[in-house]
Amino acid sequence: MSSQHTEELHHDDHHGEGMTKGRILKVAGILSAITAVEFFIALYLVPHDIMPLHIANPIYIVLTLFKAFYIVAFFMHLKFERIGLMLAIIVPILFIIGLILVLTNESHYWIDLRG
Amino acid sequence: MSAQVSSIDELKTTPWSGGKSPFNVEYGKMMMWFFLLSDAFTFSSLLIAYGAHRFSAHTWPMADLIFQSVPGMIDHGAPLVFVGIMTFILILSSVTMVLAVEAGHRMAKKEVVGWMIATVIGGFMFLGCQALEWSHLHHEGFWWGSIPHELGEYFKSKNDISAVSTQQFANLFFTITGFHGFHVFSGVVINIIITINVLLGTYEKRGSYLMIEKVGLYWHFVDLVWVFVFTFFYLV
Repeated sequence: MSSQHTEELHHDDHHGEGMTKGRILKVAGILSAITAVEFFIALYLVPHDIMPLHIANPIYIVLTLFKAFYIVAFFMHLKFERIGLMLAIIVPILFIIGLILVLTNESHYWIDLRG
Repeated sequence: MSAQVSSIDELKTTPWSGGKSPFNVEYGKMMMWFFLLSDAFTFSSLLIAYGAHRFSAHTWPMADLIFQSVPGMIDHGAPLVFVGIMTFILILSSVTMVLAVEAGHRMAKKEVVGWMIATVIGGFMFLGCQALEWSHLHHEGFWWGSIPHELGEYFKSKNDISAVSTQQFANLFFTITGFHGFHVFSGVVINIIITINVLLGTYEKRGSYLMIEKVGLYWHFVDLVWVFVFTFFYLV
């Protein structure tokens, strides 16, 4: 009775409901499939001029963000944590977008300087 | 005893009403998350610096022309194949890591050890691949502060050839993949220490395999960074 009680506590503390083996393999399959699609674009579509680079590049970035979501949400378990912890991790990441905007802007200025 | 409870006491059950952590995670796990957040900033700064250099250059060496070989097997004409193998190795070692965490939830010591050893092997394989790739590039003449004499094969057309861009590429490539490789190496060392602790029964005595989750977070982060390094150095 008492051991059952501590087990329940343990369960509650670690949000054990998240990842079953089936789910792990499903996420692993998704990650591998996305990587395979990236290689298909990089090794077949782009070299054979089926897809131009300026279309392939945004696709790579979107696929990368999808992979990042699956790793952080499921493998790192963030999707099953309290909303407070999720926000504490996700919101500061938004500063990175700020740095990207600032430095892409700056680099266009550098290219003008170089002429 | 009076059964009356004032309404202000009854309300104190929500996560933010005090008395317990609103995050509901153990201290060490929360600190691992905050460490990884700071590490994410470091890697982002490096990758954004790379982006800024690349955007400010008129031409840039083509990744699929530089990474043409599978060291020890194919010398030329296999663009991005080797890095593909490395990417799959790291994804697979991430999968074995979650399986170790999942086994830890069930307190299955033997399974935890098995999956942890698989993760360590995956880490060593990745590091070995990276060492091969670094030495291959080094033999071609790439290093911090040095590039090959003949650059024609790394650019789409002869008019694009730029020694400055190639040097920037070499410096950023070795710095960023080096910093990532250093993280992989640290991860492997930490994984080995934790595996030894599992074998010694440390976590069984403690009653929880939470430590596996913490090193798991670090290991997945290393995989996460590789996803970005892979996209921005090899694909884009």
